[in-house]
Amino acid sequence: MDKNFLNDFPILRSRMNGHPPAYLDNSATTQKPESVVRAICGYYGSCNANPHRGVYELSVKATKVYEEARRKVAAFLNAKSPKEIIFTKNATESLNLVAYSYGLNNLRGGDEILITIAEHHSNLVPWQRVAQATGAKLNYIYLAADGNLSAEDIDKKLTRRTKILAVTQISNVLGLVNDIKTLAAKAHEVGAVIVVDGAQSVPHIPVDVQDLDADFLAFSGHKMLSPMGIGVLYGKKKILEEMPPFLSGGDMIEYVEEQTTTFAELPQKFEAGTQNVGGAAGLTAAINYIQRVGFETIESIEKDLTTCALAELKKIPYVELYGCEAENKIGIISFNIKDVHPHDVATILDAQGVAIRAGHHCAQPLVKYLGQNSTCRASFYFYNTRQDVERLIEAIQKVRGTMHLA
Amino acid sequence: MLENIYTELIAEHSQAKENRRQLEHATIKERGHNPSCGDEIILELEVSDGVIKDAAFGGTGCAISQASTDMMIELMRGKTVDEARHLAELFIKMIQGEVTDDTELEALDEAAALKNISTMPARVKCATLAWHTLRQCVMKFPIPKS
Repeated sequence: MDKNFLNDFPILRSRMNGHPPAYLDNSATTQKPESVVRAICGYYGSCNANPHRGVYELSVKATKVYEEARRKVAAFLNAKSPKEIIFTKNATESLNLVAYSYGLNNLRGGDEILITIAEHHSNLVPWQRVAQATGAKLNYIYLAADGNLSAEDIDKKLTRRTKILAVTQISNVLGLVNDIKTLAAKAHEVGAVIVVDGAQSVPHIPVDVQDLDADFLAFSGHKMLSPMGIGVLYGKKKILEEMPPFLSGGDMIEYVEEQTTTFAELPQKFEAGTQNVGGAAGLTAAINYIQRVGFETIESIEKDLTTCALAELKKIPYVELYGCEAENKIGIISFNIKDVHPHDVATILDAQGVAIRAGHHCAQPLVKYLGQNSTCRASFYFYNTRQDVERLIEAIQKVRGTMHLA
Repeated sequence: MLENIYTELIAEHSQAKENRRQLEHATIKERGHNPSCGDEIILELEVSDGVIKDAAFGGTGCAISQASTDMMIELMRGKTVDEARHLAELFIKMIQGEVTDDTELEALDEAAALKNISTMPARVKCATLAWHTLRQCVMKFPIPKS
């Protein structure tokens, strides 16, 4: 199980403040293996041209790289067709696409949008704006004592008035896995669509959109070994076909007249302008890498690291943990050290080569709901090791002393 | 490196309680906010005849921002609005690494101890939050013609 992934990730063999980096901010972004970097260089070195437009060989090559990435993603998510895969910049853009193209056109006063208090701002702020623009009401599912979604709240608030249920598959603060399949069935029962934020799940667990019966699912490439700037929106073909375009311009048209335009078929309808083909090449290589490692291995490594870290953290009396009692948890640990602000904790850990995140993690309503102003967060990926966990614990043990606290 | 940042002086100021209160006769109240981390301070000043008679603060933040705020409050008592403006600008310049003559920093008294933050780009906003807020406060007064 201790396969040495470090050989594939040059950055993990570098130094951070004189130490090998214990990179524990994988929920924010992951590091990139050499194969991904090579794929991007390879694209720009031998295939670069504007896809879909040129009739010359390079353009055909670029188109092939881009469309292969789409087929790769479709198979990875078990989508019915590559036409259901829309490339975007990131999960944020994917969720905005759904909010503005689907939300704005399907909601009116009296309708309701249901989200959870555990949403990242990217699956919250767009819905606030859609609610304000359409007169729809934005409702929240709150949490039970263990940090999971309150079952009572779901049953009470998911009603015939609910037109959209937007929910994360895994909270980026608590690391708790929501039962999307059940939520999707409940949403469909009342006639609502379900929008799934897969930013924290797609990199870590197998996601099958048909099995989940998700109407939409968004994720970012950069949280799963790919370059920044490439993301995905999966949407059921029938729903996507009925939606108007989000951005408009080049490559998303059929005919343009002086006053009117007809739009291209899926998926081009939602991909205006020149796309990030180099990023798509990187995403293909990233999925290949993940599939070579295998989700079984990924889950087992992350489970081991999380169990190990939690056991040690629970021994430290001045560490407070959030959402760490539930079973359905993946490798995201939010914590605070008594009397020390998370930013000071992160600075002290940084000096020891340990990278964690401190702040509100773009989930201000959740952090506030937890009664905190901010938290520290350590998050794992499969290339992390038990040594990284040991270094996290050792570094945490130095925090209060550094702050001149007993 | 850490020893130069988390000194006993910083620890003391970050935990001090005396300036953490509400003023009875505040003439100016200003909120400062750092959206990237969610920290905020509420700065209160009692100004009469162009002189800061008293100052206090509330809110939450890291040790660096809290110590910086506490030191600033102590420095401000008895200063004119114009001096406060000058000191806020001097402090911000110090953190941005733009002050080359160390003798200039003597005017900042204990707050000059935060100079090392200029080498930590990720923490610059923590150190300057209070001083930017102070600058917002004193901007409400006319700049004297000289």
